[in-house]
Amino acid sequence: MANLKEIRIRITSVKSTRQITSAMKMVSAAKLRKAQDKIVRLRPYANKLHEILVGLSQSLSDSEVDNIFERVSSPEKVLIVVITSNRGLCGAFNSNVIKEAKRVISEKYYDQFKKGNLKLLTIGKKGFDYFRKQSVNLLPEQNNLLHDLSFDNVARVAEQVMSSFTAGDFDRVELIYNQFKNAAVQNLTNELFLPVETVPAGKVKITPVDYIYEPNQEEIIKELIPKSLKIQFYKAVLDSFVAEHGARMTAMHKATDNATGMIRDLTLLYNKARQATITNQILEVVSGAEALRG
Amino acid sequence: MKIEIITPDKKIFEGDIKSVRVPGKKGSFQVLKDHAPIISTLENGSVIMVDQEGKETIYEINGGVIEVKANKIILLADSVR
Repeated sequence: MANLKEIRIRITSVKSTRQITSAMKMVSAAKLRKAQDKIVRLRPYANKLHEILVGLSQSLSDSEVDNIFERVSSPEKVLIVVITSNRGLCGAFNSNVIKEAKRVISEKYYDQFKKGNLKLLTIGKKGFDYFRKQSVNLLPEQNNLLHDLSFDNVARVAEQVMSSFTAGDFDRVELIYNQFKNAAVQNLTNELFLPVETVPAGKVKITPVDYIYEPNQEEIIKELIPKSLKIQFYKAVLDSFVAEHGARMTAMHKATDNATGMIRDLTLLYNKARQATITNQILEVVSGAEALRG
Repeated sequence: MKIEIITPDKKIFEGDIKSVRVPGKKGSFQVLKDHAPIISTLENGSVIMVDQEGKETIYEINGGVIEVKANKIILLADSVR
């Protein structure tokens, strides 16, 4: 049986670990709330933009608008945007994304990868650190995006991606990230970013209103599509950010629970050992006295 | 007449106003009560709102789009300075 001192030291160390994990859980919970607010604030903008876009594309037939983002060709040059987190300790959050990215590279786009026409853009340090060691072409990482997450910063990155698409550097861009469902569940998402699929008519019901369009419908659509792309990109990054904090909160909650269980077991062990030593000591005293008497 | 000014980061303003002047792509224009339905893209410039008491509020926006329908204005701005 382990001696008393050893057990005592272990109990103290587990206790301090529990303190750290429970503090991290609290921090993540607060950050999660803040990040969720951001998504809620984005929603009216995204919805309205989508509504206008759908309304416009319904009143225009497809051929009237030649959309630069809509070039559909068999993908030759592929860009995969991998969104992870900058910090660890959030369960399988990052490894899920990395695994999916690896799967996509080795299955879906193996030919392009072989020809060296596949590039990765990593947002988040964890994904960057992993893929840096692999033989993959990386674009300059965008890790600091997650430090100061605002629409302007994300839009700048989205613009870079869009302009390299229109310049013909890539003909297909996909996003891989964790979509937030709730604090405990993240949905791994692989989303097509470019080329744009034609706006689905969807279930959005639009009462036909006789709008005046200024300057004209095509111009407006041309201007709104990049906007809605930027929103899509921003939403992906934001979703991943919220999911990260959710994942970390759950992971830290479990760690705290485990630590509590461990402390209970160790305390039991400690008390047993303590009682055993006391019993031994009494036994020694008694037998010693017995020996003297005899 | 109700107006909402929304950016992707937050809702900038919501309330009742008398008129608003916006920097349209084809030139700046003013929206008063019972304006015909319009959708227009916006340039960088200032949005000048006049509220019920005649007080002016100015926002500088960086591009966007405006929708006016049945005395309800929705202004989606890329960002507001």
